[in-house]
Amino acid sequence: MALNRDFIGRVYPPSAPYEVSRVKIREFATAIGDANPMCLDTELARAAGHSDVVAPPTFPIVFCLPSDALIDPELGLNYAMVVHSEQRFEYQRPIVAGDELVSTATITEIRSIARNELITIKTDIVDVHGKLVCTAYNSIVERGGAA
Amino acid sequence: MAATVKYDDVEVGQEIPAADYPVRRVNLVMYAGASGDFNPIHWNERFAKTVGLPDVIAHGMYTMAQGGRFITDWVGDPGAVIDYGVRFSSMVVVPDDDQGTVIRVSGVVKEKLEDKRVVVALTVKSGDSRVLSRAQSVVQLA
Repeated sequence: MALNRDFIGRVYPPSAPYEVSRVKIREFATAIGDANPMCLDTELARAAGHSDVVAPPTFPIVFCLPSDALIDPELGLNYAMVVHSEQRFEYQRPIVAGDELVSTATITEIRSIARNELITIKTDIVDVHGKLVCTAYNSIVERGGAA
Repeated sequence: MAATVKYDDVEVGQEIPAADYPVRRVNLVMYAGASGDFNPIHWNERFAKTVGLPDVIAHGMYTMAQGGRFITDWVGDPGAVIDYGVRFSSMVVVPDDDQGTVIRVSGVVKEKLEDKRVVVALTVKSGDSRVLSRAQSVVQLA
């Protein structure tokens, strides 16, 4: 089914603050096989000028997607047919343990590519002071959606 | 920031030696738990086959994370990654045996920017297929 073009430009309400913990950074780093001590050792991270352990670059995927929005029946996305197409993270500063981050997602694009439907979501991730920390760009494709 | 690679020591065209990252089913189970992505195509062979896949496949984000790890291992500090983007071009099929498969990542310094930043382009393969395309990162060097 074609996706509902009325959703282009839709901005979702800001998320509840996501608390970045040392434990979660360690769990995520371990799961991707990343033994970088900056992700695991607070003293070492501080010696390098960070306020605490640093998250691996792809960490925001844990909290930045508006999953509820994507299963909204009005949008018409068949999640069983979804594959990830593109992903990008653009950082203003590293994410560290102790951060409280609020994500605001915007649907920036919906278009057909051959028989598939592509949707792009841009998520602005800000800290408690409202300062931009990272922008995530997520494009997914619904296979056969435009047929 | 504590990048261990110095901007002045790096030249355009410089290669970053390839690294092999084994991936077995257990890694996908761990990644599902850590990321919250429990799509059964990443752990349930029976389900994967019913939706037309050859077998269980790795999360695209798991593969992207291996590229990220390659960059941060090179530069030393995960906080030195300013920008990192990929396109997912092919699946990483992970068989249910003790070997699993291997994701091979290599890199090349593509461009030197201002403020001691460089663009690194990655090649990410599983077997003969290129599993990420347009994989590149802007990294802050020392």
